[in-house]
Amino acid sequence: MTVLSLSKALNEGMRKAMEDDPKVLIMGEDVGKLGGVFRVTDGLQKDFGEDRVIDTPLAESGIIGTAIGLALRGYRPVCEIQFDGFVFPAADQIITQLAKMPMRSLGAIKLPVVVRIPCGGGIGAVEHHSESPEAYFTHTAGLRVVACANPADAYSMIQQAIQSDDPVIFFEPKRRYWEKGEVDTTSTDWWTPLDRARVVRPGTDATLLCYGPMVKTCLEAAKAAEEDGRDLEVVDLRSLNPLDTPVVLDSARRTGRVVVVHEAPVNNGFGAELAARITEQCFYHLESPVLRVGGFSTPYPPSKLEEHYLPDLDRVLDAVDRAFGY
Amino acid sequence: MTVDASRGAEAPPELVQLLTPEGERVQHPDYDIDLTPEEVRSLYRDLVLVRRVDLEAVALQRQGELGIWASLLGQEAAQIGSGRALTDADMAFPTYREHGVAWCRDVDPLKLLGLFRGVNHGGWDPKEHNFHLYTIVIGSQTLHAVGYAMGIQRDDATAATIAYFGDGATSQGDVNESFIWASVFNAPIVFFCQNNQWAISEPLEKQTRIPLYRRASGFGFPGVRVDGNDVFACLAVTRAALKNAREGQGPTMIEAFTYRMGAHTSADDPTRYRVASELEAWKLKDPIERVKSYMFKNELADQAFIDEIEAEAEQLGADLRARCLAMPDPEPLAMFEHVYSEPHALIDEERAQYAAYLEGFER
Repeated sequence: MTVLSLSKALNEGMRKAMEDDPKVLIMGEDVGKLGGVFRVTDGLQKDFGEDRVIDTPLAESGIIGTAIGLALRGYRPVCEIQFDGFVFPAADQIITQLAKMPMRSLGAIKLPVVVRIPCGGGIGAVEHHSESPEAYFTHTAGLRVVACANPADAYSMIQQAIQSDDPVIFFEPKRRYWEKGEVDTTSTDWWTPLDRARVVRPGTDATLLCYGPMVKTCLEAAKAAEEDGRDLEVVDLRSLNPLDTPVVLDSARRTGRVVVVHEAPVNNGFGAELAARITEQCFYHLESPVLRVGGFSTPYPPSKLEEHYLPDLDRVLDAVDRAFGY
Repeated sequence: MTVDASRGAEAPPELVQLLTPEGERVQHPDYDIDLTPEEVRSLYRDLVLVRRVDLEAVALQRQGELGIWASLLGQEAAQIGSGRALTDADMAFPTYREHGVAWCRDVDPLKLLGLFRGVNHGGWDPKEHNFHLYTIVIGSQTLHAVGYAMGIQRDDATAATIAYFGDGATSQGDVNESFIWASVFNAPIVFFCQNNQWAISEPLEKQTRIPLYRRASGFGFPGVRVDGNDVFACLAVTRAALKNAREGQGPTMIEAFTYRMGAHTSADDPTRYRVASELEAWKLKDPIERVKSYMFKNELADQAFIDEIEAEAEQLGADLRARCLAMPDPEPLAMFEHVYSEPHALIDEERAQYAAYLEGFER
């Protein structure tokens, strides 16, 4: 077992993937000499060279568009989008090209492109640096969308994403980059398949569904709820598309109360999909409606207000209280 | 395989310079400027004061009073020269580093700090200053600037727009599209590119193989490279380009050749990717020192004047600091304001719910 930060775990995961497969490339703005603004690619250019770790021109559409071309030629590009809010210049290439080309080719084309996106708020940044754009991508057929929440998953999931023959949008919770955890880098036996959710805290009274940065928040909320005598289950979804429906539905049926927590706005957020599916398939097991906690229907606010915008322990527990009020 | 570096290259770039780093006035056949002693002293004052604003902001960030700060250190002449070329009717579209241009447009520096302190996303009325909000996503504002210029054209107004961007931005699709739009519509715009040599950690050669100003000719309008640390040259060249734009002659691209003396932002560590000797070389081309030398050599100012400006700068810095520390945090419910111009049921509902939630803690 090694103790790694989430950032370092991603770094080690990419390093392993590059060692295992010479076709794996890293590309993005400042990923080379600087090692990325969050240092996630630190040292990789030094060890693998400028042909494999590419400092690209400053153009996100260009990064994804050329990654598609490299993938057509047999490479496996891992693209870094520097911040969540900067993915939109690349939205056309991701949504109209990357997501759809394999199907248009009737399977002749595979596009094993990974798009890494540091996501979420809580770091006191200026605008466009704290967003949670996952719903735009879960709404786009053809993209796998995943989010890691801890160092061990970061290490394994980035390698699984690179190994996947599908395009993968890979969300990294930027405010958790420096949190440490144990990672077994000597074996893959413990790896959870990329498209599976995981019950990270079993419970009996209500289920918290979460992913990425909110997993830690939900675990803290579950711990606090113990004092109220409530035993909360926390499910880290890990994969948003495809959704691991059996794990989600099983938990909902067992506890009868579900609260979805994400940083993205509630309105038309990924939680709406969860609520709808659970309601459709577990209606008679539910003790209360599926409740959602998330950002408001406003642009991400200035950082002085982000503590109000971001779901925290109190807001999660408030929703749990409401769920028990039915 | 060796790459023929001369492929695609032309004659070495020309640099418009009117004031050498040593403070010597030089002539240029196409650009000249006749400045009164008062105007020279005024430019010097601008340069010193905006540097002081920047230094204070850097200090405030280090002390935790700002979340982040993007320093303009080294780029004062490019910003003051171009900013002072603008008339009131002209419109400027900045990046997030144009603190010197903001100064020329009478935007209170405190309002710049508000954005970096996380109090708001902008904070000034662009219409009041003809200075648009800062744009953080690289290059997006260049298209807005062209659209605004097309509006000026349709209004038959005597005005121009100026779009600021950096060397990194020239790789963005939006910026290249803005060049095409401006060219095709003959829009009254000046593209003012501050080539500060670095896009965070990436040196210029990651963005281009030719001098940036030469990009313009491919789009169908003139480009000129100016010494970005020479406030006289930046003023003269921008003034001429704006005049051409106002008179219906269409766009010009100005590449102000300068240097980012500080980090990209306070979150950056340039020692990881560039050598100290480069910084030392550029220090010799300081935009302020050369004006000071010129004034002394030509007896346009004495030490008393320099001291007076220094004192004014100190006062400005102290005042800015005090006002920054006194800046109130926004009210939580402020985030629901201005999302839409007209009433919006969902926002109203969420605001009411959150207000009730907050009240629950007060009881």
